Amino acid sequence: MTDATFSIVIDDQEISARPGQTILQAADDAGLYIPRLCAHKDLVPHGSCRVCTVKVNGRPQSACTQPAAAGQVIESETDEIRGVRRAIVDMLFVEGNHLCPFCEKSGDCELQAVAYRLGIAAPKYPFLFPKREVDASHPKIMIDHNRCVLCGRCVRASRDLDGKHVFDFVGRGIDKKVAVNSAAKLADTNIDISDKAVDVCPVGAILRKRVGYVVPVGERTYDHDPIGSKIEAARER
Amino acid sequence: MITTTESGKRKVVIEPVTRVEGHGKVTIHLNESGQVEQARLHIVEFRGFERFIQGRPYWEVPVLVQRLCGICPVSHHLCAAKAMDVIVGAKELTPTAEKIRRLMHYGQTFQSHALHFFHLASPDLLFGFGSDVAERHVLGVAAKHPDLAVQGVMMRKYGQEIIKATSGKRIHGTGAIPGGVNKNLSIEERDVFLKDLGQMMEWSHAALKIARDYTVANLEMVTDFNTFESNHVSLVRQDGALDLYDGGLRAIDAQGEKIFDHMHPQKYLDFIAEEVRSWSYMKFPFIKSLGTEQGWYRVGPLSRINACDFIDTPAAEQARKEFMAVTSDKPNHITMAYHWARMIELLHSCEKIQELLEDPDLQGEDLVVKGDRQEEGVAILEAPRGSLFHHYRVDENDQVTMANLIVSTTSNNEAMNRAVTGVAQKFLSGREITEGLLNHVEVAIRAYDPCLSCATHALGQMPLEVCLMGPDDELIHRRVRH
Repeated sequence: MTDATFSIVIDDQEISARPGQTILQAADDAGLYIPRLCAHKDLVPHGSCRVCTVKVNGRPQSACTQPAAAGQVIESETDEIRGVRRAIVDMLFVEGNHLCPFCEKSGDCELQAVAYRLGIAAPKYPFLFPKREVDASHPKIMIDHNRCVLCGRCVRASRDLDGKHVFDFVGRGIDKKVAVNSAAKLADTNIDISDKAVDVCPVGAILRKRVGYVVPVGERTYDHDPIGSKIEAARER
Repeated sequence: MITTTESGKRKVVIEPVTRVEGHGKVTIHLNESGQVEQARLHIVEFRGFERFIQGRPYWEVPVLVQRLCGICPVSHHLCAAKAMDVIVGAKELTPTAEKIRRLMHYGQTFQSHALHFFHLASPDLLFGFGSDVAERHVLGVAAKHPDLAVQGVMMRKYGQEIIKATSGKRIHGTGAIPGGVNKNLSIEERDVFLKDLGQMMEWSHAALKIARDYTVANLEMVTDFNTFESNHVSLVRQDGALDLYDGGLRAIDAQGEKIFDHMHPQKYLDFIAEEVRSWSYMKFPFIKSLGTEQGWYRVGPLSRINACDFIDTPAAEQARKEFMAVTSDKPNHITMAYHWARMIELLHSCEKIQELLEDPDLQGEDLVVKGDRQEEGVAILEAPRGSLFHHYRVDENDQVTMANLIVSTTSNNEAMNRAVTGVAQKFLSGREITEGLLNHVEVAIRAYDPCLSCATHALGQMPLEVCLMGPDDELIHRRVRH
């Protein structure tokens, strides 16, 4: 492997990429924002949410898992790809119980922010209103499964960063969910408030208890600038 | 519509009731000889917040439960936050937190009272109950009294902006959190409100004058229209002053004698109970010691002015004295006097806003306190429409296991039913719901500024439906106004 950079093209714009980078990482470095939910800078790529879907030489791929390679021609901000992303985010909303109006993650929620970025005012699919549980058994941390989008960030963070395996997936298809590993309740696990797994949740599913709404409206992450603005600011510099 | 049965029994339906918040229906029940036996205000919506907040974490409740209402959500936001103060063991808030919350509350009372007076009630007062319904609405006011219409809008805006500055949003904000608030008021934010305060004060005085002059000029008519004796319930400060945000609960009887006083909110179940009747989703609260028949009471501006010993702001206190002089310092039972009392509170709220804006505590940085976690919390707040009760139990996992809400309109349930009965007895002639009857029913209900959405924790606008019913509950006549 060589350190020599090479070029790829995203939406008619030629950018440089380094060997070992994914398309998403190369785009980030170039100041081109590709929407994502399961991807996280500190975690190994998972490719599960498909929100970062792009077309690579005409084939749909998830930008967070697909290695950048010389000569790739990538479509990202096209009507077709935006439509695919909107449909995916729409489905994430209706499959859970995402009640933004009173959710403490509102304004800091990546799902909400991506939806705004994609111009989703309201989901177009019918709500499924699943019956899901809230596990508040731990004194400092809670999981509201109503808001889980199965991105797996907590699974990866607990396993790879915390070395604990607190979370894992169970079930298949529509019944798939995040479970606490080998324990009935969160209180039975060895999770700690300082674990990385607590902070990587993109939605309001895993929460620190008793601190909701402490940040006032106007000072939350996405109150003023849409998600992706920081990545795009790098390009402007 | 008139329906006549073979036996000649009759039933009147008026639906919907207009210019109030929510959706209601009135039925007027006649006996065999065609006399009005009883009228009922039915609340036909149901929403069930008390059930579906079960299982939610307690800190979410002030933000969640305010979604009961789009008119005075701040009341629910603050009342729930006060109950959660008890849950987190915050016995006394920091001065900044207490004053920010009060500013939010007075801003809300100011905008809510302005909305009701200028947009909902003023058409009746300016044009008369019997005037052409095609003109008797806020657009009619805008056409004939454009200055008043503008004042209504601007005063509402002023209150809404105060709510935004203290809670983050004009509606459904997040400012009050268990044990305090999440922001203070910056000097820049404060100065914006100080700039317009003089105008707001002037308009508040003018609105009070309209309500006062109307009541005094038409005293005989409004006294004759819908006056009945009742108990009155309101929060009062420890020294007996009017206090819309906090205090102990006081109940007075029709003569002004105290039934109970300075009742601690945590003990409300010892003093207040709720009766369920099969025909309405709205419960009927009553004072326990007096029972269901004698224990019903009124709440809201009229009750607050009746119950307090004084008001701690000079202009509103002057207005209160003038108000009480009409009934020789005895409780005023004139339903239409709600409007006058509401405008005294509008002025009081404006004076309080001034007092708070001039207080440097609003720029303090100490926002939250906490203590020993409790399992149960009750709070009472004087919402624009009257005493509001929030009662929660929270388990060791921080999840709500029980919620009981008694909203202002619920407390006024019996009074509104009596008001409608009185109007029906006086104005129903023959077998048809006339325009006149419809108007008077609406005016009587509207005086209470009911929020029927809140009362059943329901959703929607409030049109009026009135039904005339015979002794066997058969429908005789139904009239609907949207």
